[in-house]
Amino acid sequence: MTVYTETIAGHTFSFPDLRTLLAKASAPKSGDALAGLAAESAEERVAAQRALADIPLTAFLEEPVIPYEADDVTRLILDTHDRDAFAPVSGLSVGAFRDWLLGYSVDGATLEALSPGLTPEMVSAVAKLMRNQDLVLVAQKRRVVTRFRNTLGLPGRLAARLQPNHPTDDPAGIAAAIIDGLLYGCGDAVIGINPASDSPQRVVELLTMLGDLIDRYRIPTQSCVLAHVTTQMQAIERGAPVDLVFQSVAGTEAANKSFGITLGLLAEARDMALALKRGTVGDNVMYFETGQGSALSADAHHGVDQQTCETRAYAVARHYKPLLVNTVVGFIGPEYLYDGAQITRAGLEDHFAGKLLGLPMGCDVCYTNHAEADQNDMDNLLTLLGVAGCNYFMGVPGADDIMLSYQSTSFHDVLYLRQVLGLRPAPEFEAWLTDQSILKAGCELLPAAPHHPLLAAGPWNA
Amino acid sequence: MDDLTPTDPWRNLSRLTTARVGLGRAGGSLPTREVLDFQLSHARARDAVHLALDVPTIEDALATRGWPFLTVQSRAADRAAYLQNPNRGRRLSADGLAALQPWRHEPAPGYDVVFVVADGLSALATQRHAVPLLDVTLPRLQALDWRIAPIVVARQSRVALGDEIGETLGADVVVMLIGERPGLGSADSLGVYVTYGPRVGRSDAERNCISNVRLEGLSYAEAAHKIVYLVTEARRLKLSGVALKDETGSTTTTLE
Repeated sequence: MTVYTETIAGHTFSFPDLRTLLAKASAPKSGDALAGLAAESAEERVAAQRALADIPLTAFLEEPVIPYEADDVTRLILDTHDRDAFAPVSGLSVGAFRDWLLGYSVDGATLEALSPGLTPEMVSAVAKLMRNQDLVLVAQKRRVVTRFRNTLGLPGRLAARLQPNHPTDDPAGIAAAIIDGLLYGCGDAVIGINPASDSPQRVVELLTMLGDLIDRYRIPTQSCVLAHVTTQMQAIERGAPVDLVFQSVAGTEAANKSFGITLGLLAEARDMALALKRGTVGDNVMYFETGQGSALSADAHHGVDQQTCETRAYAVARHYKPLLVNTVVGFIGPEYLYDGAQITRAGLEDHFAGKLLGLPMGCDVCYTNHAEADQNDMDNLLTLLGVAGCNYFMGVPGADDIMLSYQSTSFHDVLYLRQVLGLRPAPEFEAWLTDQSILKAGCELLPAAPHHPLLAAGPWNA
Repeated sequence: MDDLTPTDPWRNLSRLTTARVGLGRAGGSLPTREVLDFQLSHARARDAVHLALDVPTIEDALATRGWPFLTVQSRAADRAAYLQNPNRGRRLSADGLAALQPWRHEPAPGYDVVFVVADGLSALATQRHAVPLLDVTLPRLQALDWRIAPIVVARQSRVALGDEIGETLGADVVVMLIGERPGLGSADSLGVYVTYGPRVGRSDAERNCISNVRLEGLSYAEAAHKIVYLVTEARRLKLSGVALKDETGSTTTTLE
């Protein structure tokens, strides 16, 4: 292994390996400090960034941050690396790669062709040399379009996951939040419930309710119940109408093991969902969530910084051609991302890294009550990610998730962003909203109708 | 406040859920009324996280009842250190450890149970509910002639601090009464964690949890009933956690 050094004004900083260099070059995060990986001074951080800028991108192919033999995510990354796609940047250092990405001549098509040639470590490294505006600018170039029952990620479009959680999974309570969200023009990314119970029977009941609702009102969207993947597989076996299969994923084999998953299990789940052939305009059937800090939380980070671990999770996700991927950026708590500035930075890094690797990135812009953050921080990150071209955000009634006890973004927040940036819902969903007299001119809601058909009948009107 | 913006025609859906549905809108944005209502909930939750435990008031209440007690602090010197490094809240400060020594009972277990009154992530919850909960719990254990250790009041404490407290004192079971992470609608929710054979390094899977003790949630009487049941069963079975099922009703597994 190479030792990396950087001399500033006569003082030499030394970094024993690539993994340490990446960690020390990371933007300040409480989680990296907690793991004992963070730079010990602001100057050491810059020294690491300067040393990192000079490293050739090929170094990340030669020196895996987690050994090939020890970790199946490393094997996935290296075994699927596309040397031909990598060729345009193969002679560049990390610093030169940043400049290349910012160049006028590098457009979306260039980046799309490049994606299979990039490894997560290259993307994580270049992000560490980027300011927030760089993360926005480059991500904005790269649109990632996916399809199931509608088309997500097109330029000029912004979707929302409708997240109608309820602390006891009460069907009527969930339905009330769904109706609310649909009447606010949200739900095109997915109607996705985090169940309080992991009981297969309850998951089947919720999936059936969602399937009936979508069929009855002919809503061009997809449903998901975000139970453990094995529970969803059981639901498929019991004949439940599963559109998307969800799972939280992480960037190391050990962290995935702590989630109760393997790469093979995800492939098996995807095959089961594909076999149902429920998509009408496409067959992206997977939905993944991630978040910086998950590997450390599982004591499975191998001395790798949390942003790099997170980016490695995207290599896992992209292998399964997902419809949706989002980082749940502030959910994990202040011991990993302390305040609004750290949450904002992580959200921009994650969106950038996901897009560069070819993922249809959304973001759960969120925080908990013990973090040094508030709704204004969320407004800022939401707006930044909107400019960066983020595919979707969460729509939670009033931004207050009463099941998971955290604050995310609301239906109103989605309407705000569509309005200020002139964005419209997914095209098929927009047509439905117009047909339902909910929306006009793409982003403006019509006056609320007291007797709207959505309010006519259902468990919410018993 | 003048309120010109109506709620939505489907506002009555809110009878089905505590989610914030049918809020109405100003353009597409939240009406002033709802912005302020949210801010109030968040302000209460934030205040609860950062409120310092009023230790003298708790000590007075314990002294009034004639219960022996002592006060300790974790290795987290302040709230910022506590929030950024949870591990510091899981171990006693040197002073805290020293304060426990005179009460140490050897050979262990010299006490059947020790109760810890801990701030956790909501000192507000602890301030409001810990002593009233002890009021209905302790007499039931005293009636059983249990050897109850002095009550330990703990500042900047995580759940696992009870492991070191129980181990140091030589107690069979530790019962942590600790403020839970505040939600928007529940800034003062107290959690209770029962751990058999406390010692440093116990995992969360080795604890039983009783969650949501507050006026709008689980009552003191119900919580006391569960505590007595769990502590009794833990001592009979010589274990706690996933292998000890709460047969008095549902037990949640919420942690901090």
